Amino acid sequence: MSKILILAQHDGVTINQATAKAVTAAKQIEGASIDLIVFSDNIDTIATQACKLADVHTVHAVSTESNQWKLATGISTKIAELASEYTHVFGPSTTFGKDVMPCIAAILGLNQISDVMQVIDAKTFKRPIYAGNAVITVNAPQDKIVATIRTASFKTNDMTTGSATIQNHENSNTQTDTKFIELQSGNTERPDLQTAAKVISGGRGLGSEENFELMYNLADKIGAATGASRAAVDAGYCPNEMQVGQTGKIIAPELYMSFGISGAIQHLTGIKDAGTIVAINKDGDAPIYEVADIGLVGDLFKIVPELMEKL
Amino acid sequence: MKILVAIKRVVDFNVRVQVKPDGSGVATDGVKMSINPFDEIAVEEALRIKEAGKADEVIVVTIGNNSAQQQLRTALAMGADRAILIETESELQSLKAATSLLNVVEKEQPGMVIMGKQAIDGDNNQTPQMLATLWKRPQATFVSKLEINDDTLLATREVDEGLETIEVRLPAVISTDLRLNEPRFVKLPDIMKAKRKPLDIIAIDETLSGFEDKELTIQKYETPQARQKGIMVESVDELVALLKEKGLA
Repeated sequence: MSKILILAQHDGVTINQATAKAVTAAKQIEGASIDLIVFSDNIDTIATQACKLADVHTVHAVSTESNQWKLATGISTKIAELASEYTHVFGPSTTFGKDVMPCIAAILGLNQISDVMQVIDAKTFKRPIYAGNAVITVNAPQDKIVATIRTASFKTNDMTTGSATIQNHENSNTQTDTKFIELQSGNTERPDLQTAAKVISGGRGLGSEENFELMYNLADKIGAATGASRAAVDAGYCPNEMQVGQTGKIIAPELYMSFGISGAIQHLTGIKDAGTIVAINKDGDAPIYEVADIGLVGDLFKIVPELMEKL
Repeated sequence: MKILVAIKRVVDFNVRVQVKPDGSGVATDGVKMSINPFDEIAVEEALRIKEAGKADEVIVVTIGNNSAQQQLRTALAMGADRAILIETESELQSLKAATSLLNVVEKEQPGMVIMGKQAIDGDNNQTPQMLATLWKRPQATFVSKLEINDDTLLATREVDEGLETIEVRLPAVISTDLRLNEPRFVKLPDIMKAKRKPLDIIAIDETLSGFEDKELTIQKYETPQARQKGIMVESVDELVALLKEKGLA
Protein backbone atom coordinates (compact mmCIF):
# COMPACT_ATOMS: atom_id res chain seq x y z
CA MET A 1 0.00 0.00 0.00
CA SER A 2 1.15 3.51 -0.73
CA LYS A 3 1.58 5.96 2.13
CA ILE A 4 1.95 9.48 0.85
CA LEU A 5 3.26 12.50 2.75
CA ILE A 6 2.49 15.86 1.17
CA LEU A 7 4.29 19.08 2.06
CA ALA A 8 1.59 21.72 2.53
CA GLN A 9 2.20 25.27 1.37
CA HIS A 10 0.65 28.33 2.98
CA ASP A 11 1.26 32.06 3.19
CA GLY A 12 1.04 32.33 6.96
CA VAL A 13 -2.73 32.74 6.81
CA THR A 14 -4.24 30.28 4.34
CA ILE A 15 -3.32 26.93 2.83
CA ASN A 16 -2.38 27.30 -0.83
CA GLN A 17 -4.52 25.56 -3.46
CA ALA A 18 -1.36 24.00 -4.88
CA THR A 19 -1.44 21.72 -1.82
CA ALA A 20 -4.95 20.53 -2.70
CA LYS A 21 -3.78 19.83 -6.24
CA ALA A 22 -1.00 17.63 -4.90
CA VAL A 23 -3.67 15.75 -2.91
CA THR A 24 -5.60 15.17 -6.16
CA ALA A 25 -2.47 13.70 -7.75
CA ALA A 26 -1.86 11.49 -4.69
CA LYS A 27 -5.44 10.18 -4.82
CA GLN A 28 -4.75 8.79 -8.26
CA ILE A 29 -2.38 6.25 -6.75
CA GLU A 30 -4.43 3.20 -5.94
CA GLY A 31 -5.12 2.58 -2.27
CA ALA A 32 -3.11 5.63 -1.22
CA SER A 33 -3.27 6.84 2.35
CA ILE A 34 -2.53 10.56 2.46
CA ASP A 35 -1.02 12.70 5.25
CA LEU A 36 0.15 16.31 5.24
CA ILE A 37 3.09 18.02 6.88
CA VAL A 38 2.96 21.72 7.59
CA PHE A 39 5.42 24.18 9.17
CA SER A 40 4.48 27.52 10.71
CA ASP A 41 5.10 29.87 13.62
CA ASN A 42 1.32 30.07 13.89
CA ILE A 43 0.91 26.34 13.72
CA ASP A 44 -2.45 25.78 15.42
CA THR A 45 -4.36 28.03 13.03
CA ILE A 46 -2.66 26.68 9.91
CA ALA A 47 -2.91 23.04 11.01
CA THR A 48 -6.63 23.39 11.80
CA GLN A 49 -7.12 24.70 8.29
CA ALA A 50 -5.03 21.91 6.77
CA CYS A 51 -7.32 19.38 8.48
CA LYS A 52 -10.19 20.57 6.30
CA LEU A 53 -8.53 19.22 3.16
CA ALA A 54 -10.61 16.23 2.12
CA ASP A 55 -9.02 12.75 1.88
CA VAL A 56 -6.24 13.53 4.36
CA HIS A 57 -5.79 11.33 7.47
CA THR A 58 -3.18 13.05 9.58
CA VAL A 59 -1.69 16.52 9.57
CA HIS A 60 1.82 16.59 10.98
CA ALA A 61 2.05 20.05 12.51
CA VAL A 62 5.55 21.34 13.12
CA SER A 63 5.91 24.55 15.07
CA THR A 64 8.73 26.49 13.40
CA GLU A 65 10.32 29.90 13.93
CA SER A 66 8.96 32.75 11.85
CA ASN A 67 12.17 33.23 9.88
CA GLN A 68 12.56 29.50 9.12
CA TRP A 69 9.27 27.91 8.04
CA LYS A 70 9.53 29.09 4.43
CA LEU A 71 13.10 27.91 3.99
CA ALA A 72 14.34 24.60 2.65
CA THR A 73 17.20 24.56 5.13
CA GLY A 74 14.74 25.21 7.96
CA ILE A 75 12.37 22.33 7.25
CA SER A 76 13.86 19.65 5.00
CA THR A 77 15.56 17.63 7.77
CA LYS A 78 12.25 17.17 9.60
CA ILE A 79 10.43 16.10 6.45
CA ALA A 80 13.15 13.59 5.60
CA GLU A 81 12.93 12.23 9.15
CA LEU A 82 9.18 11.60 8.87
CA ALA A 83 9.63 10.22 5.35
CA SER A 84 10.88 6.94 6.80
CA GLU A 85 7.26 5.93 7.36
CA TYR A 86 6.13 6.80 3.84
CA THR A 87 6.43 5.39 0.33
CA HIS A 88 6.01 8.80 -1.35
CA VAL A 89 6.83 12.39 -0.44
CA PHE A 90 5.07 14.95 -2.65
CA GLY A 91 5.30 18.71 -2.78
CA PRO A 92 3.68 21.28 -5.06
CA SER A 93 5.73 22.39 -8.06
CA THR A 94 5.70 26.00 -6.86
CA THR A 95 8.84 27.99 -6.05
CA PHE A 96 8.37 26.82 -2.44
CA GLY A 97 8.15 23.13 -3.38
CA LYS A 98 10.94 23.42 -5.95
CA ASP A 99 13.23 24.89 -3.30
CA VAL A 100 12.53 22.30 -0.62
CA MET A 101 11.83 18.94 -2.29
CA PRO A 102 15.25 18.25 -3.90
CA CYS A 103 16.82 18.72 -0.45
CA ILE A 104 14.62 15.94 0.91
CA ALA A 105 15.54 13.74 -2.06
CA ALA A 106 19.23 14.39 -1.43
CA ILE A 107 18.97 13.51 2.27
CA LEU A 108 17.19 10.28 1.30
CA GLY A 109 19.77 9.56 -1.43
CA LEU A 110 17.20 9.66 -4.25
CA ASN A 111 16.57 11.44 -7.51
CA GLN A 112 13.41 13.51 -7.54
CA ILE A 113 10.68 13.28 -10.16
CA SER A 114 10.03 16.95 -10.98
CA ASP A 115 6.76 18.40 -12.30
CA VAL A 116 4.59 15.29 -12.40
CA MET A 117 1.83 15.94 -14.96
CA GLN A 118 0.22 12.50 -14.92
CA VAL A 119 0.15 9.56 -12.54
CA ILE A 120 0.37 6.20 -14.33
CA ASP A 121 0.78 4.01 -11.24
CA ALA A 122 2.45 4.18 -7.82
CA LYS A 123 5.93 4.19 -9.39
CA THR A 124 5.37 5.58 -12.88
CA PHE A 125 4.70 9.16 -13.83
CA LYS A 126 4.73 11.47 -16.84
CA ARG A 127 6.59 14.78 -16.81
CA PRO A 128 7.54 17.45 -19.36
CA ILE A 129 11.11 18.18 -20.48
CA TYR A 130 12.60 20.68 -22.98
CA ALA A 131 10.08 23.39 -22.08
CA GLY A 132 7.25 20.96 -22.71
CA ASN A 133 8.46 19.99 -26.20
CA ALA A 134 8.68 16.38 -25.05
CA VAL A 135 7.00 14.31 -22.39
CA ILE A 136 8.75 11.42 -20.66
CA THR A 137 7.39 8.45 -18.77
CA VAL A 138 9.56 7.93 -15.71
CA ASN A 139 9.66 4.86 -13.50
CA ALA A 140 11.23 4.81 -10.06
CA PRO A 141 12.64 1.37 -9.28
CA GLN A 142 13.39 2.27 -5.66
CA ASP A 143 11.03 1.86 -2.70
CA LYS A 144 10.66 5.54 -1.96
CA ILE A 145 9.64 8.33 -4.30
CA VAL A 146 10.12 12.09 -3.97
CA ALA A 147 8.17 14.17 -6.49
CA THR A 148 6.85 17.64 -7.18
CA ILE A 149 3.35 17.98 -8.63
CA ARG A 150 2.75 20.30 -11.56
CA THR A 151 -0.24 22.29 -10.35
CA ALA A 152 -1.65 23.09 -13.81
CA SER A 153 -2.18 19.38 -14.46
CA PHE A 154 -4.46 18.55 -11.52
CA LYS A 155 -7.77 19.88 -10.23
CA THR A 156 -8.07 21.38 -6.75
CA ASN A 157 -9.21 18.78 -4.23
CA ASP A 158 -12.00 19.74 -1.80
CA MET A 159 -10.55 22.02 0.89
CA THR A 160 -13.55 22.34 3.24
CA THR A 161 -15.01 18.97 4.22
CA GLY A 162 -11.99 17.09 5.56
CA SER A 163 -11.55 16.00 9.17
CA ALA A 164 -7.92 14.97 9.57
CA THR A 165 -6.34 14.62 13.00
CA ILE A 166 -3.40 16.76 14.08
CA GLN A 167 -0.13 15.32 15.33
CA ASN A 168 2.18 17.90 16.85
CA HIS A 169 5.96 17.78 16.34
CA GLU A 170 9.01 19.75 17.36
CA ASN A 171 11.22 20.92 14.51
CA SER A 172 14.56 19.13 14.57
CA ASN A 173 16.27 21.89 12.64
CA THR A 174 18.78 24.00 14.51
CA GLN A 175 20.59 25.81 11.71
CA THR A 176 21.06 29.57 11.91
CA ASP A 177 22.99 30.09 8.68
CA THR A 178 19.91 30.97 6.63
CA LYS A 179 17.30 33.54 7.61
CA PHE A 180 14.16 34.80 5.95
CA ILE A 181 14.25 38.61 5.89
CA GLU A 182 11.25 39.88 3.93
CA LEU A 183 8.78 39.32 1.12
CA GLN A 184 7.85 42.09 -1.27
CA SER A 185 4.57 41.30 -2.91
CA GLY A 186 2.64 43.20 -5.55
CA ASN A 187 -1.12 43.60 -5.82
CA THR A 188 -3.01 41.10 -3.70
CA GLU A 189 -6.49 42.45 -4.51
CA ARG A 190 -6.72 40.58 -7.79
CA PRO A 191 -7.21 36.80 -8.01
CA ASP A 192 -4.10 34.66 -7.67
CA LEU A 193 -2.53 34.09 -11.09
CA GLN A 194 -1.86 30.40 -10.45
CA THR A 195 -5.42 29.50 -9.53
CA ALA A 196 -7.57 32.13 -11.28
CA ALA A 197 -10.33 30.99 -13.66
CA LYS A 198 -9.58 33.90 -16.00
CA VAL A 199 -6.28 35.54 -16.87
CA ILE A 200 -5.57 38.72 -18.84
CA SER A 201 -1.96 38.73 -20.00
CA GLY A 202 0.16 41.38 -21.69
CA GLY A 203 3.37 41.33 -23.69
CA ARG A 204 5.91 43.63 -25.24
CA GLY A 205 3.13 44.97 -27.48
CA LEU A 206 1.85 47.02 -24.55
CA GLY A 207 4.91 49.25 -24.95
CA SER A 208 5.17 50.72 -21.46
CA GLU A 209 4.40 50.34 -17.76
CA GLU A 210 1.69 53.02 -18.11
CA ASN A 211 -0.02 51.16 -20.94
CA PHE A 212 -0.04 48.01 -18.83
CA GLU A 213 -2.83 49.72 -16.86
CA LEU A 214 -5.06 48.61 -19.74
CA MET A 215 -4.46 45.01 -18.67
CA TYR A 216 -5.20 45.70 -15.00
CA ASN A 217 -8.40 47.57 -15.90
CA LEU A 218 -9.67 44.83 -18.18
CA ALA A 219 -8.77 42.18 -15.60
CA ASP A 220 -10.68 44.05 -12.90
CA LYS A 221 -13.65 44.45 -15.23
CA ILE A 222 -14.02 40.67 -15.68
CA GLY A 223 -12.57 39.51 -12.34
CA ALA A 224 -9.41 38.06 -13.86
CA ALA A 225 -5.84 37.71 -12.66
CA THR A 226 -3.09 39.41 -14.66
CA GLY A 227 -0.12 37.76 -16.29
CA ALA A 228 2.69 38.75 -18.62
CA SER A 229 5.30 37.46 -21.01
CA ARG A 230 8.97 37.44 -20.10
CA ALA A 231 9.56 40.27 -22.56
CA ALA A 232 7.10 42.50 -20.70
CA VAL A 233 8.65 41.69 -17.32
CA ASP A 234 12.21 42.19 -18.60
CA ALA A 235 11.18 45.54 -20.08
CA GLY A 236 9.97 46.59 -16.64
CA TYR A 237 6.30 46.94 -17.62
CA CYS A 238 5.16 44.77 -14.69
CA PRO A 239 6.54 42.80 -11.72
CA ASN A 240 8.30 39.43 -12.06
CA GLU A 241 5.63 37.41 -10.28
CA MET A 242 3.36 37.99 -13.28
CA GLN A 243 5.59 36.06 -15.67
CA VAL A 244 3.93 33.08 -17.33
CA GLY A 245 6.05 30.39 -18.99
CA GLN A 246 8.77 27.76 -18.65
CA THR A 247 10.63 29.71 -16.00
CA GLY A 248 7.68 31.65 -14.66
CA LYS A 249 4.28 30.28 -13.76
CA ILE A 250 2.61 27.34 -15.46
CA ILE A 251 -1.11 28.04 -15.38
CA ALA A 252 -4.37 26.42 -16.49
CA PRO A 253 -7.19 28.98 -16.33
CA GLU A 254 -10.53 28.44 -18.10
CA LEU A 255 -9.87 31.59 -20.12
CA TYR A 256 -6.48 33.03 -21.08
CA MET A 257 -6.56 36.27 -23.07
CA SER A 258 -3.22 37.47 -24.40
CA PHE A 259 -2.53 40.95 -25.72
CA GLY A 260 0.59 41.88 -27.64
CA ILE A 261 2.29 38.54 -26.86
CA SER A 262 3.99 36.88 -29.84
CA GLY A 263 4.20 33.50 -28.11
CA ALA A 264 7.76 32.22 -27.72
CA ILE A 265 7.83 28.47 -27.03
CA GLN A 266 8.88 29.21 -23.44
CA HIS A 267 5.69 31.26 -22.97
CA LEU A 268 3.40 28.73 -24.66
CA THR A 269 4.68 26.08 -22.24
CA GLY A 270 3.05 28.05 -19.45
CA ILE A 271 -0.45 28.19 -20.99
CA LYS A 272 -0.86 24.89 -22.85
CA ASP A 273 -3.32 23.55 -20.29
CA ALA A 274 -5.62 26.58 -20.43
CA GLY A 275 -9.26 25.94 -21.40
CA THR A 276 -9.69 28.64 -24.03
CA ILE A 277 -6.80 30.75 -25.31
CA VAL A 278 -7.60 34.05 -26.98
CA ALA A 279 -4.79 35.79 -28.88
CA ILE A 280 -4.81 39.45 -29.82
CA ASN A 281 -1.76 40.72 -31.65
CA LYS A 282 -1.02 43.05 -34.52
CA ASP A 283 1.11 40.41 -36.27
CA GLY A 284 -1.13 37.68 -37.67
CA ASP A 285 1.86 35.38 -38.17
CA ALA A 286 2.80 35.37 -34.48
CA PRO A 287 3.27 31.83 -33.07
CA ILE A 288 0.65 32.51 -30.37
CA TYR A 289 -2.02 31.90 -33.05
CA GLU A 290 -0.84 28.29 -33.37
CA VAL A 291 -2.18 27.49 -29.92
CA ALA A 292 -5.02 30.02 -29.75
CA ASP A 293 -8.62 28.83 -29.82
CA ILE A 294 -9.77 32.26 -30.90
CA GLY A 295 -7.51 34.72 -32.70
CA LEU A 296 -8.09 38.35 -33.56
CA VAL A 297 -5.50 40.36 -35.47
CA GLY A 298 -5.46 44.07 -34.77
CA ASP A 299 -4.36 47.02 -32.68
CA LEU A 300 -4.75 46.16 -29.00
CA PHE A 301 -5.05 49.86 -28.13
CA LYS A 302 -8.32 49.93 -30.09
CA ILE A 303 -9.45 46.43 -29.13
CA VAL A 304 -9.03 46.69 -25.36
CA PRO A 305 -11.27 49.78 -24.96
CA GLU A 306 -13.89 48.07 -27.12
CA LEU A 307 -13.68 44.96 -24.93
CA MET A 308 -14.03 47.11 -21.81
CA GLU A 309 -17.33 48.29 -23.24
CA LYS A 310 -18.66 44.98 -24.50
CA LEU A 311 -17.53 42.42 -21.93
CA MET B 1 37.37 33.92 -2.03
CA LYS B 2 37.08 31.39 -4.81
CA ILE B 3 33.85 31.05 -6.74
CA LEU B 4 32.96 27.77 -8.40
CA VAL B 5 30.49 27.99 -11.28
CA ALA B 6 28.84 24.80 -12.52
CA ILE B 7 27.63 24.84 -16.12
CA LYS B 8 25.92 22.37 -18.45
CA ARG B 9 26.11 21.89 -22.20
CA VAL B 10 22.56 21.79 -23.54
CA VAL B 11 20.65 22.07 -26.81
CA ASP B 12 20.52 25.79 -27.64
CA PHE B 13 17.35 27.48 -26.41
CA ASN B 14 16.40 28.53 -29.94
CA VAL B 15 16.22 24.94 -31.18
CA ARG B 16 12.81 23.32 -31.15
CA VAL B 17 13.67 19.74 -30.19
CA GLN B 18 11.91 16.78 -31.78
CA VAL B 19 11.17 13.43 -30.21
CA LYS B 20 12.68 10.54 -32.20
CA PRO B 21 10.04 8.50 -34.01
CA ASP B 22 10.81 5.37 -31.95
CA GLY B 23 10.33 7.23 -28.66
CA SER B 24 13.87 6.47 -27.48
CA GLY B 25 14.90 10.07 -26.92
CA VAL B 26 15.04 13.47 -28.56
CA ALA B 27 17.01 14.11 -31.74
CA THR B 28 20.21 15.97 -30.88
CA ASP B 29 22.46 15.02 -33.82
CA GLY B 30 23.85 18.09 -35.54
CA VAL B 31 21.85 20.38 -33.29
CA LYS B 32 23.44 23.59 -31.99
CA MET B 33 24.72 23.21 -28.41
CA SER B 34 25.30 26.04 -25.92
CA ILE B 35 25.88 26.81 -22.28
CA ASN B 36 22.58 26.43 -20.42
CA PRO B 37 21.30 30.06 -20.37
CA PHE B 38 20.85 30.10 -16.57
CA ASP B 39 24.45 28.88 -16.18
CA GLU B 40 25.70 31.64 -18.46
CA ILE B 41 24.07 34.08 -16.02
CA ALA B 42 25.91 32.25 -13.21
CA VAL B 43 29.26 32.74 -14.98
CA GLU B 44 28.49 36.42 -15.52
CA GLU B 45 27.56 36.94 -11.87
CA ALA B 46 30.76 35.28 -10.65
CA LEU B 47 32.81 37.52 -12.95
CA ARG B 48 31.02 40.63 -11.69
CA ILE B 49 31.71 39.64 -8.07
CA LYS B 50 35.38 39.17 -8.94
CA GLU B 51 35.52 42.48 -10.82
CA ALA B 52 34.02 44.19 -7.76
CA GLY B 53 37.01 42.90 -5.78
CA LYS B 54 35.04 40.42 -3.71
CA ALA B 55 36.52 37.24 -5.19
CA ASP B 56 40.00 36.33 -6.45
CA GLU B 57 39.31 33.37 -8.68
CA VAL B 58 36.46 32.05 -10.82
CA ILE B 59 36.60 28.34 -11.59
CA VAL B 60 34.13 26.87 -14.04
CA VAL B 61 33.24 23.18 -13.94
CA THR B 62 31.07 20.92 -16.06
CA ILE B 63 30.18 17.26 -16.28
CA GLY B 64 30.00 15.83 -19.76
CA ASN B 65 31.83 14.30 -22.67
CA ASN B 66 34.81 15.80 -24.42
CA SER B 67 32.67 18.16 -26.53
CA ALA B 68 31.72 20.03 -23.35
CA GLN B 69 35.24 21.57 -23.49
CA GLN B 70 33.70 23.95 -26.00
CA GLN B 71 31.32 25.39 -23.39
CA LEU B 72 34.13 25.58 -20.81
CA ARG B 73 36.24 27.55 -23.33
CA THR B 74 33.32 29.94 -23.83
CA ALA B 75 33.15 30.51 -20.07
CA LEU B 76 36.94 31.04 -20.00
CA ALA B 77 36.57 33.54 -22.85
CA MET B 78 33.95 35.37 -20.80
CA GLY B 79 36.63 35.74 -18.13
CA ALA B 80 36.72 32.66 -15.89
CA ASP B 81 40.27 31.83 -14.68
CA ARG B 82 40.35 28.08 -15.11
CA ALA B 83 38.13 25.15 -15.96
CA ILE B 84 37.49 21.58 -14.90
CA LEU B 85 35.84 18.91 -17.04
CA ILE B 86 34.47 15.93 -15.17
CA GLU B 87 34.45 13.53 -18.05
CA THR B 88 31.73 10.97 -18.70
CA GLU B 89 29.98 9.56 -21.74
CA SER B 90 26.69 8.98 -19.95
CA GLU B 91 23.82 11.30 -19.10
CA LEU B 92 23.73 11.93 -15.37
CA GLN B 93 20.71 12.35 -13.17
CA SER B 94 20.70 15.14 -10.61
CA LEU B 95 21.87 13.27 -7.50
CA LYS B 96 24.89 11.85 -9.30
CA ALA B 97 25.73 15.27 -10.73
CA ALA B 98 25.44 16.89 -7.30
CA THR B 99 27.60 14.16 -5.71
CA SER B 100 30.26 14.56 -8.37
CA LEU B 101 30.24 18.35 -7.97
CA LEU B 102 30.51 17.95 -4.20
CA ASN B 103 33.82 16.17 -4.73
CA VAL B 104 35.17 19.18 -6.63
CA VAL B 105 33.74 21.53 -4.01
CA GLU B 106 35.56 19.65 -1.25
CA LYS B 107 38.83 19.86 -3.17
CA GLU B 108 38.54 23.52 -4.19
CA GLN B 109 36.85 24.88 -1.02
CA PRO B 110 35.03 27.75 -2.77
CA GLY B 111 33.28 30.47 -0.79
CA MET B 112 30.38 30.27 -3.19
CA VAL B 113 29.02 27.90 -5.79
CA ILE B 114 26.84 29.55 -8.43
CA MET B 115 24.80 27.66 -11.02
CA GLY B 116 21.61 27.97 -13.04
CA LYS B 117 18.34 27.14 -11.33
CA GLN B 118 17.56 24.54 -13.97
CA ALA B 119 18.98 23.17 -17.18
CA ILE B 120 16.66 23.79 -20.10
CA ASP B 121 16.92 20.19 -21.32
CA GLY B 122 15.73 18.15 -18.34
CA ASP B 123 14.03 21.11 -16.59
CA ASN B 124 14.61 19.28 -13.30
CA ASN B 125 15.57 22.17 -11.02
CA GLN B 126 17.29 19.89 -8.48
CA THR B 127 21.09 19.88 -8.65
CA PRO B 128 21.84 23.15 -6.77
CA GLN B 129 19.52 22.22 -3.89
CA MET B 130 20.99 18.72 -3.75
CA LEU B 131 24.55 20.03 -3.76
CA ALA B 132 23.77 22.45 -0.91
CA THR B 133 22.19 19.61 1.08
CA LEU B 134 25.07 17.19 0.52
CA TRP B 135 27.57 19.94 1.32
CA LYS B 136 25.52 20.84 4.43
CA ARG B 137 25.63 24.53 3.49
CA PRO B 138 22.86 27.12 2.90
CA GLN B 139 21.18 27.58 -0.45
CA ALA B 140 19.68 30.64 -2.11
CA THR B 141 17.65 29.49 -5.10
CA PHE B 142 16.10 31.45 -8.03
CA VAL B 143 18.18 34.52 -7.22
CA SER B 144 17.65 37.82 -9.05
CA LYS B 145 19.90 40.02 -6.90
CA LEU B 146 22.97 39.36 -4.75
CA GLU B 147 24.62 41.59 -2.18
CA ILE B 148 27.77 40.27 -0.53
CA ASN B 149 28.83 41.51 2.92
CA ASP B 150 31.95 39.79 4.31
CA ASP B 151 30.84 36.30 5.29
CA THR B 152 27.14 36.67 4.59
CA LEU B 153 25.07 37.56 1.58
CA LEU B 154 21.64 39.01 1.01
CA ALA B 155 19.87 37.20 -1.81
CA THR B 156 16.69 38.38 -3.48
CA ARG B 157 14.76 35.38 -4.77
CA GLU B 158 12.06 35.31 -7.44
CA VAL B 159 9.22 33.44 -5.77
CA ASP B 160 5.58 32.96 -6.83
CA GLU B 161 4.40 35.67 -4.45
CA GLY B 162 6.94 38.30 -5.51
CA LEU B 163 10.49 38.97 -4.35
CA GLU B 164 11.80 37.30 -1.21
CA THR B 165 14.98 38.36 0.56
CA ILE B 166 16.98 35.90 2.63
CA GLU B 167 20.31 36.17 4.39
CA VAL B 168 22.74 33.27 4.16
CA ARG B 169 26.14 32.68 5.70
CA LEU B 170 28.93 31.72 3.31
CA PRO B 171 29.94 29.31 1.96
CA ALA B 172 26.66 28.74 0.15
CA VAL B 173 25.11 27.54 -3.09
CA ILE B 174 23.36 30.12 -5.29
CA SER B 175 20.99 29.20 -8.12
CA THR B 176 20.34 31.92 -10.67
CA ASP B 177 17.12 33.21 -12.18
CA LEU B 178 16.84 35.10 -15.47
CA ARG B 179 16.90 38.64 -14.19
CA LEU B 180 20.09 38.41 -12.13
CA ASN B 181 22.12 39.96 -14.96
CA GLU B 182 22.68 40.06 -18.71
CA PRO B 183 25.71 38.01 -19.70
CA ARG B 184 28.43 39.80 -21.66
CA PHE B 185 29.30 39.05 -25.26
CA VAL B 186 32.57 37.27 -25.86
CA LYS B 187 35.14 39.17 -27.94
CA LEU B 188 37.48 37.50 -30.40
CA PRO B 189 40.76 38.33 -28.56
CA ASP B 190 39.25 36.80 -25.43
CA ILE B 191 38.52 33.58 -27.30
CA MET B 192 42.19 33.43 -28.31
CA LYS B 193 43.29 34.13 -24.73
CA ALA B 194 40.92 31.47 -23.40
CA LYS B 195 42.75 28.79 -25.36
CA ARG B 196 45.79 29.25 -23.09
CA LYS B 197 43.87 29.12 -19.82
CA PRO B 198 44.14 25.89 -17.80
CA LEU B 199 41.50 23.20 -18.34
CA ASP B 200 41.83 20.07 -16.22
CA ILE B 201 40.10 16.84 -17.10
CA ILE B 202 39.16 14.31 -14.44
CA ALA B 203 37.37 11.02 -14.89
CA ILE B 204 33.96 10.96 -13.28
CA ASP B 205 34.72 7.77 -11.34
CA GLU B 206 37.38 9.66 -9.38
CA THR B 207 34.65 11.95 -8.04
CA LEU B 208 32.13 9.27 -7.12
CA SER B 209 33.83 6.84 -4.76
CA GLY B 210 31.28 4.89 -2.75
CA PHE B 211 28.31 6.48 -4.54
CA GLU B 212 25.36 4.18 -5.08
CA ASP B 213 23.02 5.52 -7.72
CA LYS B 214 19.28 4.97 -7.60
CA GLU B 215 18.51 6.09 -11.11
CA LEU B 216 15.06 6.73 -12.42
CA THR B 217 14.24 4.82 -15.58
CA ILE B 218 12.94 6.75 -18.56
CA GLN B 219 10.58 4.33 -20.27
CA LYS B 220 9.40 6.46 -23.15
CA TYR B 221 9.68 9.86 -24.85
CA GLU B 222 6.68 11.28 -26.63
CA THR B 223 5.54 14.44 -28.36
CA PRO B 224 3.00 16.30 -26.25
CA GLN B 225 -0.56 16.46 -27.48
CA ALA B 226 -0.98 19.48 -29.69
CA ARG B 227 -3.85 21.86 -29.16
CA GLN B 228 -6.54 21.84 -31.84
CA LYS B 229 -6.19 24.61 -34.38
CA GLY B 230 -8.53 27.45 -33.41
CA ILE B 231 -10.50 29.95 -35.41
CA MET B 232 -9.80 33.53 -36.44
CA VAL B 233 -12.39 36.23 -35.91
CA GLU B 234 -12.60 39.62 -37.63
CA SER B 235 -14.09 41.81 -34.92
CA VAL B 236 -14.46 42.34 -31.18
CA ASP B 237 -18.21 41.66 -31.54
CA GLU B 238 -17.51 38.22 -32.99
CA LEU B 239 -14.99 37.52 -30.23
CA VAL B 240 -17.39 38.56 -27.48
CA ALA B 241 -20.18 36.46 -29.02
CA LEU B 242 -17.94 33.39 -29.06
CA LEU B 243 -16.87 33.93 -25.45
CA LYS B 244 -20.53 34.24 -24.42
CA GLU B 245 -21.33 31.05 -26.29
CA LYS B 246 -18.62 29.24 -24.29
CA GLY B 247 -19.95 30.73 -21.07
CA LEU B 248 -16.73 32.71 -20.55
CA ALA B 249 -18.20 36.20 -20.74
